[in-house]
Amino acid sequence: MAEKGAKARALAGGTDLLVQLRVKRYIVDRVVDVKHIAEMNELSYSDSKGLVLGAAVPCYRVYEDKHISAKYPGLYDSASLIGGIQIQTRAGIGGNLANAAPSADAIPSLIALGATANIAGPKGKRSVPVEHFCTGPGKSVLQDGELLVSMSIPPPQAKMGSTYIRFIPRNEMDIAVVGVGVSVVLNGNSIKSARIALASVGPTPIFATEAGNWLTGKAPTEDSVMQAAEAAKKAAKPITDMRGTIEQRIHLVGVLTKRSLLSAITRAKEAR
Amino acid sequence: MTTTENRPQFKVVGTRPVRHDGLEKVTGKAKYGADVILPGMLYGKVLRSPHPHARIKSIDTSGALKIPGVKAVVTAKDLPIQSDKMVELGEAHANMKQIAENCLANDKVLYKGHAVAAVAATSPHIAEEALDAIKVVYEVLPFVLNVDDAMKPGATLLHENMVTRAVLGGKPDPAKQVGKSNVSSEMRWVGGNLEQAWKDSHVIVEREYFTKPVHQGYIEPHVTTVNWNPDGKITVWTSTQHTFGVRQQAAAILQVPEGMVKVIPMEIGGGFGGKINVYLEPAAAMLSKKTGHPVKMVMTRKEVFEASGPTSGSHMKMKVGATKDGKITGWQLWLAFEAGAYPGSPVAMGAMCSSAPYIVENFDVSALDIVVNKPKVAAYRAPGSPIGAFAVESTLDELAEKLGMDPMDFRLKNAAKEGTRQITGAPLGKIGNIEVMTQVKNHPHYKSPLPVGPNVGRGVGMGYWFNIGMQSSAALNVNPDGSVSLVTGSVDIGGTRVAVAMQAAEILGIRAEDVIPTVADTDSIGWTGVTGGSRTAFATGIAAINAAEEVKKQLIARAALMWEVKPEDIEFKDGLYINKKSPKDSVTMKQLAAKMMMTGGYVTASATANPRMAGAAYGAMIVDVKVDPETGKVDLLRVTAFQDAGKAAHPSYVEGQIQGGAVQGIGWALNEEYFHTTDGVMANSSWLDYRMPTSLDLPMIDPVIIEVPNPGHPFGLRGVGEVGICAPMAAIRNAIFRATGARMYHLPMNPGSIVEAIGAKKAAGHTNGAAKK
Repeated sequence: MAEKGAKARALAGGTDLLVQLRVKRYIVDRVVDVKHIAEMNELSYSDSKGLVLGAAVPCYRVYEDKHISAKYPGLYDSASLIGGIQIQTRAGIGGNLANAAPSADAIPSLIALGATANIAGPKGKRSVPVEHFCTGPGKSVLQDGELLVSMSIPPPQAKMGSTYIRFIPRNEMDIAVVGVGVSVVLNGNSIKSARIALASVGPTPIFATEAGNWLTGKAPTEDSVMQAAEAAKKAAKPITDMRGTIEQRIHLVGVLTKRSLLSAITRAKEAR
Repeated sequence: MTTTENRPQFKVVGTRPVRHDGLEKVTGKAKYGADVILPGMLYGKVLRSPHPHARIKSIDTSGALKIPGVKAVVTAKDLPIQSDKMVELGEAHANMKQIAENCLANDKVLYKGHAVAAVAATSPHIAEEALDAIKVVYEVLPFVLNVDDAMKPGATLLHENMVTRAVLGGKPDPAKQVGKSNVSSEMRWVGGNLEQAWKDSHVIVEREYFTKPVHQGYIEPHVTTVNWNPDGKITVWTSTQHTFGVRQQAAAILQVPEGMVKVIPMEIGGGFGGKINVYLEPAAAMLSKKTGHPVKMVMTRKEVFEASGPTSGSHMKMKVGATKDGKITGWQLWLAFEAGAYPGSPVAMGAMCSSAPYIVENFDVSALDIVVNKPKVAAYRAPGSPIGAFAVESTLDELAEKLGMDPMDFRLKNAAKEGTRQITGAPLGKIGNIEVMTQVKNHPHYKSPLPVGPNVGRGVGMGYWFNIGMQSSAALNVNPDGSVSLVTGSVDIGGTRVAVAMQAAEILGIRAEDVIPTVADTDSIGWTGVTGGSRTAFATGIAAINAAEEVKKQLIARAALMWEVKPEDIEFKDGLYINKKSPKDSVTMKQLAAKMMMTGGYVTASATANPRMAGAAYGAMIVDVKVDPETGKVDLLRVTAFQDAGKAAHPSYVEGQIQGGAVQGIGWALNEEYFHTTDGVMANSSWLDYRMPTSLDLPMIDPVIIEVPNPGHPFGLRGVGEVGICAPMAAIRNAIFRATGARMYHLPMNPGSIVEAIGAKKAAGHTNGAAKK
């Protein structure tokens, strides 16, 4: 990959890459199959280290993993609604992140869960918080020759819940008009912390820090959630295109932030 | 299934045998257009215009020809010069000059995706690479994308010399001022006294509607393989609805005798009207002529969206009045349809069909056909009728609401019946309109309470389609084992092989399985019209019936010969040939067939039918929806689709047609559209963003077959393929109103537009506007 630089792309599931090559979005000289690299297939969880998710692990392994469904339900949500069943046997969370689409369904969940991207390249290894990974549509911090190896997610705190909800006009097989991934940690009858991330409302996935931070110390009520949703709308910077208008998208950020926070609060209450 | 009249009982017609082509299709062995592979075959690709409107200044193909593996390039210059010859293609007339220019642009490109040149090479990849090496110089022109812009004074003209053809009541309208315009024709029908009608009205509703072009969405892209031999014989392997139509168009464009062209139909992966016009054949033929090799061309999905299909977008206005007791007084309808790049939208059919369920005595209906810089529209399932029905069935729902009448009571009060004159003056034949409406009104779905919960609503709509007759041929060969080979020229879409075979079997008193149907090429069967217009089971069925009657006559003669009696001494009953002089002497067809060689040789018969009374079809839909008022998403809770089939030959495939029409209507209602950017480019030319419904978006669609026999068919069949698409848009729209209080006037009614309409309703302070059911 280092040899060919920008003219090389990594292939894991290939569900984005093959389409992009066919429509000539990328014209490359080399495609490197990375799905047999052991480190990139790791899927492990421990209460001390949290989750290590190899970049080539396909979605079906994510949503079939009992640790992920119990500890990181938001990630489970994302993995189970990317593409259809056939796509999910190939496509993975790592590819979803590396592809850096503003509409990626996994990235808001990764941001909400505080995930870190583990990168390897000619100059060695480095880690980047996922909220800093994407730099534009299809663009990321990955330098020529660099490869996303895995993602690390810290172990969940007590009474933590997470949810990802997207809006599509159909029921499946579509690209998010808006997606919202959140995590909420409860402390008794108040919110200890919350993280909110948005998809499809800017050139990159957006980490809506002000909306999340505003919830700290607030009661986990519909009223608080509505106010956080209003704050999230201010973070959205969408465009109008064939999938939705600016007005519709900002409106939906409010609706989905409210719904995902309420779901995450319910999940947090049920969490140990 | 509902039978509305006492009918003669049939032994085969009305049963559900396994279709003859089923095994091959479900095991993937059936051969479609893309499966054609011939020795020495080359692959063709098309260079398409990046501009919605431009003049072609020059085309330099020399770079492409230098690429190793490239064998030939063609442009419009390689095609013979065309005259404005009109041909009849079943559901539409076509101007051959325009069809030729649509296949390869001559001096102008008229839409993004318009074919400019084609390359043949030893591999599809080389052909594709060679497209980049063709240099075209364009003079970019202003463009128009909708009917309103196209009609504005000073709008750019697609066809600089086109003058509006003004027609009043079917004759040229001398009073109408016409000039050079993008309006190719304006047809008008006027009757009764509209001014008086408005005075007599207790309620008048006047509304305006907008719809977008939608694509037929067949799963199989256009594909063709053409071989042009040095002796002048041209063979075409293609997936088409109309082999003889491809032959006719190809011969006209290439200016060769029709007899020199043979079209071999491959299995077809859907057509819905979109596989009648030729797109690839002229270029493939010229490439084959130049190279001496067969040339295969397959469109990508993007090409299918950008350069084939769709049906019209529209702007419609309707004003309708009624007396206090709900009788329609006046009917004013103005329809302006996008034709795409060349004239020929189905606007007149939209005008005629949308009034056909009702008694309309005082009317003024105008239908405008308008060219815009989008792909030339093609027929799509009941062409024009669903668009007109959206306006009419929506407006009538509002009228019924204002009168405080049940929407079906209102429709029944105004229902057209046999003899009712349509806006053209022609009376309706024997129809099942009132029977369909009555079935809707009495159906358990209509009588059931709405599902519990907020934002739930129910809507209804009606639909009409003429159905067509035209010529079909069939040939039968009796085999020594007593089975019968049936040859037709009707490409099988939707189970027509079995439906036609069943009709021959009914006449001969044998099982459907004992008739072996084959679809033949244009050299091997008599002339046969399009598989379209809902005509195939009807018209090709009659041809098969006629051939079967002839076979039966010959077999009776054989039995008479055997028993040394006269043919009139033979009785045919329940599949047995009985000697009336000695009733213990009886034989089956199988026994007679085994003795054919001793009684005069093999029995064969062929027949051609050209029936006229196709038997118009009425359809209706009841739909329950649940709307998420925050996101605008519509969930379909329950759908019941009604249709008069005359007599359902094979009820499973009739149900399939009803469900298929309903699904396409649902897609049209909720999400499907050609989304054009401001630079005139279709932005959503992929399955992903075109957003057809998937199986996960649909409830079970409950089909209700109504049978009011068509007197024009021996078993009472009507066409069943199309009318199911007409009712869903308005039915869903009317249900959305009852769920949310918001009236929709645009298609598609996608989530964004529904949220907007609900918001506007709230802003206007009419939140209590939802009508009680």
